[in-house]
Amino acid sequence: MATRPRLRGTALLGTLPFFAYVAIFLIIPTLVVVIGAFASNDGGATGENIKALGNEYILDAFGRSIALSAMSALVGAVLGAVLAYALATARPDGVLRRVVTAAAGVLAQFGGVTLAFAFLATIGLSGFVTVFLQDHGIDIYSGGVWLFELPGLTLVYTYFQIPLMVIVFLPALDGIRPQWREATESLGGTTWQYWTRVAGPLLGPAFLGSTLLLFANAFSAYATAAALVSQGNPIVPLQIRSALTSEVILGQANVGKAMALGMVIVVSVVMGLYTLLQKRTAKWLG
Amino acid sequence: MAGVIARRARKQRAFRWAVLIVLGVFFLLPLVAMVEFSTRDSNTWSLLIDWPQLSATYPDLSDGIVASLLQAALTAVLMLLLLVPTAVWVRLRLPRLRRLVEFLCLLPLTIPAIVLVVGLAPVYAWVNYFLGGSSVTLVFAYTILVLPYAYRAIDAGLSAIDVKTLAEAARSMGSGWATVMGRVVLPNIRSAVLSAAFLTVALVLGEYTIASLLNRTNLQVAIAFLGKSSATMSVAVSLTALLLAFVLLLLLSLFGERRSSRRRKESTS
Repeated sequence: MATRPRLRGTALLGTLPFFAYVAIFLIIPTLVVVIGAFASNDGGATGENIKALGNEYILDAFGRSIALSAMSALVGAVLGAVLAYALATARPDGVLRRVVTAAAGVLAQFGGVTLAFAFLATIGLSGFVTVFLQDHGIDIYSGGVWLFELPGLTLVYTYFQIPLMVIVFLPALDGIRPQWREATESLGGTTWQYWTRVAGPLLGPAFLGSTLLLFANAFSAYATAAALVSQGNPIVPLQIRSALTSEVILGQANVGKAMALGMVIVVSVVMGLYTLLQKRTAKWLG
Repeated sequence: MAGVIARRARKQRAFRWAVLIVLGVFFLLPLVAMVEFSTRDSNTWSLLIDWPQLSATYPDLSDGIVASLLQAALTAVLMLLLLVPTAVWVRLRLPRLRRLVEFLCLLPLTIPAIVLVVGLAPVYAWVNYFLGGSSVTLVFAYTILVLPYAYRAIDAGLSAIDVKTLAEAARSMGSGWATVMGRVVLPNIRSAVLSAAFLTVALVLGEYTIASLLNRTNLQVAIAFLGKSSATMSVAVSLTALLLAFVLLLLLSLFGERRSSRRRKESTS
C-alpha cells in the first residue's frame, strides 16, 4: 500500500514539534523586531523609530558598518581568490590542497572573542609583533592606536574573510576547464586575452557573488568587534548593543529594533543578489 | 606546446609557494603570538591544567567552561531530536512541506545573531519566568542558531539514501515508526548525524553574542570578562578553546573526506 503524499491531519501532527519550536524561537523573535520597529512605547503604531534611523549617529554607524564590511570583503575576496587560484593549480588530491582547504574550513568559523584576543596578543599594545618591532625602532602606533578602530577591525576581519573566500570560490575555479585555455591558445590568444576574455567573464559572477557573501558575513559579525572595541559604538551591531543594554532610556529599545530591521534588510538584499549570481555561475561552472 | 605547458607549470609552482608563504605567515603569526603571550607568565599553563586550582582562582572561568560544555552537549541533543525525525517524516509523508522546512531552517542565515537577540529578549523573559535564568536555557536559542548548518548536513545524509524504500521495507515487515527511525534510518545516516553534531558543538563553544546580551555565562563570556583582569590567562584559554575547535572541525573535515572518497570508490567499482 503506497502512502499518497496527501496532507493529512495525523501526518501533519508529526511535524508539530518542529514548527512549534521554530515559531517560538525564530518566528516570534523576528516578528518582535519587525513589529517593534514600527511600535511606539505605549504599543501604538508609529514611524518615529524608522525616522530615528535618520539621526546622524545612526547613519554614521551604518556608513561605517558598510565601509568596514565592503573593505574587509574586498581585501578578503582578492587575497582569498589568489589563494584559491594557487590551490586550484595544485594537484587536486594532493596533501597541500587538502590541508589548506581543511584549515580554511576551520579558520572561516574562527571569530569572536578568541580572534580578538589573538590579535591583541599579536599587535595589541604589548603584543608580540608590536614589542618586537619596537625593539627594532619601529612604532606601528606612532599615528595613534588604530587596532580598536575601523582599520584594525578590517585587518582582524580579513582573518576569517580570506578562508571563507577560499571555501566558496574554489569550486568555481575548479569548474574552469584546462581545455578552454588550450582552445584560446590554439586560436592565437595570449595569456592576457585568456584572462580578460575567457576566464574573467566566466569567473566574474562567481567572484562578485562570493564577495557579496563575505560582505554579509562581515556585516552581521558582532562578537569580534564587541570584544575589541570598548569605547564608543562605531558600527551598527555595537549601536544595537547599547540600545539593548540601556533600555532604561525611553524609546531606545524600539530604535534598536529599527536598526535591527535595517540590518536584516541589508543582509537580505545582499544574500538575494548572491543567490541570483550563484544561479548565473552554475550555468557555466556548475 | 609541451615547453609552454612545462614553463607555465613551473611559474604556477613558484606563484603557489609565494602565495602560501605570505598568507601562511599572516595566518600563523597570531597563533604564534598567542603562544608567546601566554607563556610570559610561567604559571599560566600549569594553572590551566590544574582544574581545582583553576576553579578556585578564576571561578567565573570554570563556571563558563562547565556551562559551555553543557550547552554544547544539550544543543546537539535537542537539534537532533528536533531535526532528524522532522526531516525523515517530511521526506516520507509530507514532501510538499519540504521547501517550507528548508526555508525555515536556512532563515537564520539572513538574521544576524545580534538581530535575533533583540527579538529573543521578550521570549527569554518568558523562559526566565517558567524555567529560571540558568545559562543552560541558552540551548533553545543555540538550536536555532545551528539550524542551517545542521539541516544541510542531515539533508545531505538523507539524500544519499533511499529513505522511502527503507522505511516501506521496514514497515511491511511489521516494524513501528520508532523502529524505522531508530534502527533503520538513523544507522544509515550516522555520519551525517555525527557531522551535524560536531558542527553544533564547534559553533556553540564559540558563541558569544547571545550569551553576553542575555546576561548569561559561557566560555566566551568568561574569556571576555577575564580579559579585563588577567590578559595572559584569557589568551591562554582562548588558545586552548581555539585548538579544541581546530581539532573538532579538522576531524569533521577529514571524516567527511573519507566518507566521500569511499562513496567515490563505491560508485566507480
